[in-house]
Amino acid sequence: METEPSFFETSPTPNVVGKPLNRVDGRDKVMGRAKYSAEYPIPGLTYGVLKTSDIAKGKIQNIDTSAAAKQPGVLAIFTHLNIPKLAVTPNDADGKKAIGAPMGFMPLTSDVIHYAGQPVAVVVADTFERATHAAELVRVTYLTEQPIAAYTDPKAKIFDPQKIQDGKTDGKTRRGDARAALTSAPVQMTAVYTHAINHHNPMEPGATTAVWEAPDRLTVYESTQGVTRTQKALSTMLGLPNEQVRVITKYIGGGFGCKGSCWPHSVLTVLAAKGVGRPVKLSLTRKQQFTGMGHREDQTQTLTLGATKEGKLTALIHEKTSTTSPWDNYAESNSKIINMLYDCPNFEASYQLARGNVMTSTFTRAPGEAPGSFALESLMDDLAYKLNIDPIQIRLLNHADKDPTNGHPWSSKSLKECYARGAELFGWSKRNPKAGVTRNGRLLVGMGMATASYPVHNSQGNARVRLYADGHAVVQSGATDLGTGTYTVMTQVAADSLGLPPEKIRFELGDTKLPTAPNSGGSVAAGTVSSSVYMAAQDVWQRLTKLAIKDKKSPLFGAKAEDVIVDKGRLQLKKNKAKGEDFMALMKRSELTDIEGTGNGKYGAGYETGQTASPASSGNVEQAGQHSMHSFGAHFCEVQVDPDLGTVRVTRWVSVHGAGRILNAKTARSQIIGGSIFGIGAALMEATHRDHNYARYVNADLADYHIPVNADIPEMTVEFIDERDPHINAMGVKGIGEISMVGVSAAVANAIFHATGKRVRDLPITPDKILGTKAV
Amino acid sequence: MNNFSYLQATQPKEATGAIRDNKQAAFIAGGTTLLDLMKLNVENHDQLVDINLLAFKGIEQTSDGLRIGALERMSDVGENPLVMQQYPVISQSLLQAASPQLRNMASIGGNLLQRTRCGYFRDTAFPCNKRQPGSGCPAQDGENRGLAILGGSNACIATHPGDLAIALVALDAVLLLENAKGKQRRVPLVDFHLMPGNTPQKETVLEPGELIVSITVPTAAHTRKSMYLKVRERTSYAYALASAAVGLDVQGGQIRSARVALGGVGTKPWRSREAEKVLTGAPATEATFRAAAAAALREAQPREHNRFKVELAQNTLVRALTELTAA
Ligand SMILES: Cc1cc2nc3c(=O)[nH]c(=O)nc-3n(C[C@H](O)[C@H](O)[C@H](O)COP(=O)(O)OP(=O)(O)OC[C@H]3O[C@@H](n4cnc5c(N)ncnc54)[C@H](O)[C@@H]3O)c2cc1C
Ligand code: SF4
Repeated sequence: METEPSFFETSPTPNVVGKPLNRVDGRDKVMGRAKYSAEYPIPGLTYGVLKTSDIAKGKIQNIDTSAAAKQPGVLAIFTHLNIPKLAVTPNDADGKKAIGAPMGFMPLTSDVIHYAGQPVAVVVADTFERATHAAELVRVTYLTEQPIAAYTDPKAKIFDPQKIQDGKTDGKTRRGDARAALTSAPVQMTAVYTHAINHHNPMEPGATTAVWEAPDRLTVYESTQGVTRTQKALSTMLGLPNEQVRVITKYIGGGFGCKGSCWPHSVLTVLAAKGVGRPVKLSLTRKQQFTGMGHREDQTQTLTLGATKEGKLTALIHEKTSTTSPWDNYAESNSKIINMLYDCPNFEASYQLARGNVMTSTFTRAPGEAPGSFALESLMDDLAYKLNIDPIQIRLLNHADKDPTNGHPWSSKSLKECYARGAELFGWSKRNPKAGVTRNGRLLVGMGMATASYPVHNSQGNARVRLYADGHAVVQSGATDLGTGTYTVMTQVAADSLGLPPEKIRFELGDTKLPTAPNSGGSVAAGTVSSSVYMAAQDVWQRLTKLAIKDKKSPLFGAKAEDVIVDKGRLQLKKNKAKGEDFMALMKRSELTDIEGTGNGKYGAGYETGQTASPASSGNVEQAGQHSMHSFGAHFCEVQVDPDLGTVRVTRWVSVHGAGRILNAKTARSQIIGGSIFGIGAALMEATHRDHNYARYVNADLADYHIPVNADIPEMTVEFIDERDPHINAMGVKGIGEISMVGVSAAVANAIFHATGKRVRDLPITPDKILGTKAV
Repeated sequence: MNNFSYLQATQPKEATGAIRDNKQAAFIAGGTTLLDLMKLNVENHDQLVDINLLAFKGIEQTSDGLRIGALERMSDVGENPLVMQQYPVISQSLLQAASPQLRNMASIGGNLLQRTRCGYFRDTAFPCNKRQPGSGCPAQDGENRGLAILGGSNACIATHPGDLAIALVALDAVLLLENAKGKQRRVPLVDFHLMPGNTPQKETVLEPGELIVSITVPTAAHTRKSMYLKVRERTSYAYALASAAVGLDVQGGQIRSARVALGGVGTKPWRSREAEKVLTGAPATEATFRAAAAAALREAQPREHNRFKVELAQNTLVRALTELTAA
């Protein structure tokens, strides 16, 4: 295909895209028919259970498996001494690079213990209960060393990394001369922000079912956000050709980033299945989930700004220090959003890390943008109060009309509309600008807001459409549905692209046998996959057009391909719509039962790498790669604070986003609500506590790690600004998985400041911090 | 969790006898504490004696006061009209505890015997004097945010995490216990739980094999005028950071009698006679309440992360007294 038409220009009018279609997989889920990765009733299935390390640093001195091995039903116990060997381990730099992030260390490859909760044995038995019991009987003795629990430990060695986030982000960034600009700035402010350890805690824990079909052929049912990445990691480690490893993920019970990579438990399950010669399934316990699949790291940010007396930013300096694992240089890239959100000519950012004896941290919903925006949007609020300017006004004053990082125009940006509509829905104009004066009886009432933004990441994917002469279609792409609605929105896109009702579409995903799609992470799935589906449908229409114009019996015989358009499944002349025929008639006459098309959808050309997209991938060829691509939005929050008891209740919430085309009004709204609640959790209650002597968590369960309950959340108002972005991708979709959480904790903290006059910069804002903080 | 055998007892003697004969055995009622701790290997029992068929039932007004059978469920007691109207503090403490699912399972007797949520206690990888006497108490200079500021020792500062016991200890509840010989005794709840001292593993005066049969709450003016206030990190399904159970008899603006207990801050359900002393005979004013709260927390010994509880507990108590007198 030479050029990619913009959506719906030459083909069907939108019919179901954008509509609040119910989830197509909803019924299967509530009836228990939807199979998650640990639910496949495979013949001969056995059960794997991990034994994990009590200590955080040291060596295994001895593992006594004798008692466990004697238990009825126990088939095998694997330790570092007897587990089948990997062809490639991530323990050295080359291996790590080949396998992919984030593991630079594979448990059970030696006797070394790097973190508490590290797997030290895998027990396989004929039932889950027997395996669990036997795992408890495995006796491990350790040579214990004093661990480092966090960067705050006086013994921790702080260093300046060249790169963070697996080499994706520079350890230092400079634009202009922030130090000089700061010195001459009439207004200077600086503040320190901390963020507790947060865990993703998806409802469905990490789970793997490994089936060796032949000595060199493996099928894995895996709870992952990306079957392709898992396939690559496993095949590399096992030394198998990629196609010999099949990864299947039909349903996921949430991921939030922790299922974006291949983690040790999956590899160990595969090895155990090999060793025991039978299929093995293994699911992390909730406690193991806390040390098995990463987390958002503990971190301190120092943010400094310089501004004019009018409130125009002139300098921003950001420093972050955080804990990373013994083998990784992971830190969320907080500075990116600070660099691009406002028009500020001078910027500087640096990261510092300390190695702790902890599992590595990893992408957690809006990795970097969430905590970064907490610092920036809190400080912008401080600036607004200091200069007596309305918080929205100060943001408008610093609105970035172009991308400050490279001067590129935005592909689309509706931030001003988001502020305006959000303010209207929220009733911002009724807010008394003074802090600490609005009351509801004993309670202090506060209103705060914050800006949200999330980049459109560069990615691409493929889809296949098979259209049948009887009027139904099977559409496939190896994407995953985290539970957010991929099945549903792709059904909608396929329906409209093919001119069929959604009931006639079967959308299949989550299998490496299908056309490859990117990881569902970084908010890329909706845009890439929908564009791929759309392109594949176009391919089908082009093939059918070719067929029609060569078919003497077709009313379109002899027409030029470019004169033919398709509307609701009817091929017809652009200029004379009466002349044409239905695709079913054409296919039947040609004795075709079905016809296949493939499509490649690209997404976010240009943002991260600055690469120019190839012509075929963009609706607007000349400008591809010269635009910066971001979603933008605004959150508005009302809180009521009990000043004596320190409790904070969120009582009203408004979010307005401009995120390109919204594919399904209902699932999109749900996703924004979910992301905002995720952010409210981080703002008010989520914290995993790691003991500073033992480097071990003390609240690794869902009773003591608090996430919001229904009673914590008010009715939420969510709207989208109608946005048509011609540069993003074929469907004009930006994605909404992460932006929903960016700025949320700042909106809450800003509302608390407005209520109480107290500025809390340490998340989560639990009652002790309200009591312990003095009004400013 | 280790393997165990299971016995369903139909008579108290059968139950108590089984435990007397086997030190490793335990009663099971709702199982919400017991099975949780067994799965964590914090408790290891080789036999469970199910007591749910015993006739320890009933929620009724007797001449001695309100009598509640030990096997009544939290939800049934919390929603009982008699309890709601005449003993609101009990109902409120129950309905603000745990989750509906847990309250449907959990028994009143089991509730009084729930164990601390101290994270070190619940994870066998840590030392813990309560779980393994003599091994140490990493909470003293560790993650002690949720732990007690009253009644702690160098050996242990674990909080009694429950809510019901706070309400009951305020209202002078008395437990009826029965041992393997069929002998019954009455123990005031305030004497039932023990402070950790040097033996944090010993949490109550219950003898091995002894059953809680029922609980009696004497009726008084302050039982009807009573309330429970719980402060927590989220609006439901969380243990108390601090809580207050209060009952007052106020006449003509003067407090004639007062009952005060605090939760979330003590190593046992914390009855505060000090606060009651300040309140009794004093005018029902904010100044009085503040003075009572100060008295209640005078002996507080906070650690690094739970210092806020001193102020929070005082404010909680003041608020409860204020709301109760305003009502
Ligand atoms: C996630 C979670 C959250 C919770 N939140 C709260 C909360 O906010 N507030 C609160 O107050 N509680 C809370 N709880 C605790 C809950 O209320 C208790 O687990 C429950 O009340 C225990 O009752 P049970 O019948 O299940 O006891 P079981 O687990 O059956 O027994 C507990 C102990 O008591 C013994 N026992 C039981 N009955 C008797 C008897 N009649 N005589 C002698 N011994 C007996 C058992 O042998 C065992 O040792 C929570 C629990 C969980 C798991
Ligand atoms: S406070 Fe008590 S329960 Fe907690 S670790 Fe110390 S001894 Fe154990």
